[in-house]
Amino acid sequence: MEYLNIFLDQVYKILFLLVPVLVSVAMIVWLDRRVWAFVQKRQGPNVVGPFGLLQTIADALKYVFKEIIIPSSSNKVIFILAPIVTMTLALISWAVIPFSATQVLADINVGILYLFAVSSLGVYGIIMGGWASNSKYPFLGAIRSAAQMVSYEVSIGVIIINVLLCVGSLNLNDIVIAQQNLWFVIPLFPMFVIFFISALAETNRPPFDLPEAEAELVAGYQTEYSGMMYAMFWLGEYANILLMCAMGAILFLGGWLSPIEIYPFTLVPGPLWLILKILLLFFLFALVKAIVPRYRYDQLMKLGWKVFLPLSLVWLVLTASFLFYFNLLPVN
Amino acid sequence: MIAHSIFFYTFSIIAIVSAIMVTASKNTVHSVFFLILDFISISCLFIMIGAEFLGMIMLIVYVGAVAVLFLFVVMMLNVAQQKNQWFASEASSKHIPVGLIISTLIFVELIIVIGGWKYKPDLFDLNNSLELAKVSNTHSLGQVLYTDYIHVFQISGMILLVAMIGAIVLTFRKRVGVKTQSYISQISRERSDGVSILKVESNKGVKIDD
Repeated sequence: MEYLNIFLDQVYKILFLLVPVLVSVAMIVWLDRRVWAFVQKRQGPNVVGPFGLLQTIADALKYVFKEIIIPSSSNKVIFILAPIVTMTLALISWAVIPFSATQVLADINVGILYLFAVSSLGVYGIIMGGWASNSKYPFLGAIRSAAQMVSYEVSIGVIIINVLLCVGSLNLNDIVIAQQNLWFVIPLFPMFVIFFISALAETNRPPFDLPEAEAELVAGYQTEYSGMMYAMFWLGEYANILLMCAMGAILFLGGWLSPIEIYPFTLVPGPLWLILKILLLFFLFALVKAIVPRYRYDQLMKLGWKVFLPLSLVWLVLTASFLFYFNLLPVN
Repeated sequence: MIAHSIFFYTFSIIAIVSAIMVTASKNTVHSVFFLILDFISISCLFIMIGAEFLGMIMLIVYVGAVAVLFLFVVMMLNVAQQKNQWFASEASSKHIPVGLIISTLIFVELIIVIGGWKYKPDLFDLNNSLELAKVSNTHSLGQVLYTDYIHVFQISGMILLVAMIGAIVLTFRKRVGVKTQSYISQISRERSDGVSILKVESNKGVKIDD
């Protein structure tokens, strides 16, 4: 009975976290399309519901009622597992995101490592989908994305170490609290830019959407997917994008902290600040999608390995030396 | 406690079964997926004994990077189509004795290493003091790794570096006649490099680009 109570308590907490995340994923898709349309002087989705807000719900309903087609020559188990893996990995990482000092589902010691580990597992959904489809375009898309995501993870890892040097803890709440006086976006601004671009590459967003480049690969790894399975890939992708925005907000923009600790700002609750920061970052994601043309694949690899990795390593050495020289290293 | 042991047995059974399936599964790509499952359940076991840093590093390094490259190679080599049997076929059965000898040797070596293991003399004092100070797992690992074992740590890093350089040297081949993009030359191109104005006499034509 006692176990059951603990279990039900956790389930309630998880639902309270996941349902808002899923709803906000639907809203974020709408926002993405709206921003995209406005940049191109179009209206975007504006018919279903007020301002077209329910467009994504309508789309999702359409996907639910469509037939799921499984290619006869595909590897069926892995084919079905792939969207499930993508979706699950995109959702489980929200467990460690702190919405305020106390509002966090799992306040674990190694929160940032957990986030990094889960985001590095994200590549499996894509590889599995691409390979199990047993078809050329999905396979090419999967191969591309595997190489791309592994490359950009390296620089994201080094950037995270940069932040950790300034914090002295792997706990996400500690990272937020360490930014009370100064958000890390100011001293580590070049790292923030590199993090943003690497996050674009990590989530396969334009201009790095080579795994699903429609001009070359039809839809990349999703080519053979239809109906609900396609929708799950799509939801997982957007949940991942939101997660990357949340990670950027926590690492560089002070998470749930208000920008200035004076009267009118302190009235706004912490979760709202985090959501506003996530939205700001997502707005940038959407703008980049609208205004930047797609990269060529060799340029993408060159950017990852020959520019971002050396730059973030040099900045790491600089940060470490600066902190050491001025005796600012966090010791606990 | 009951929940703890339930989780422990679940993860260890998954780990052992998937380790067996790595060698037993007929499809090479499936083998790699079982290997990944094995890594994940082992990192869960690490987390269960309180070594959350090791568990996460296991996930990041082995599952997130090594196994991805492994899968990448297995898919690219197209060995996925090879169906290996439950038991070795005629052609490969002569490798079994050699394989057995090597695996026995490795097993014996492992036992020798574990048998001759010496713990750091003040390990248990350290353990107690750490527990008293409530230092996090990551912190205590860093304290040991960067003080007492710094040379071993750096030597292992150097070995990895040498292995990486060796792999690059072995596979690198200079190809001639490949047109690569050079940003410097593209940006530093001037009008005088690319454009020249020629006086062309009528009905004569002019020879360009010789």
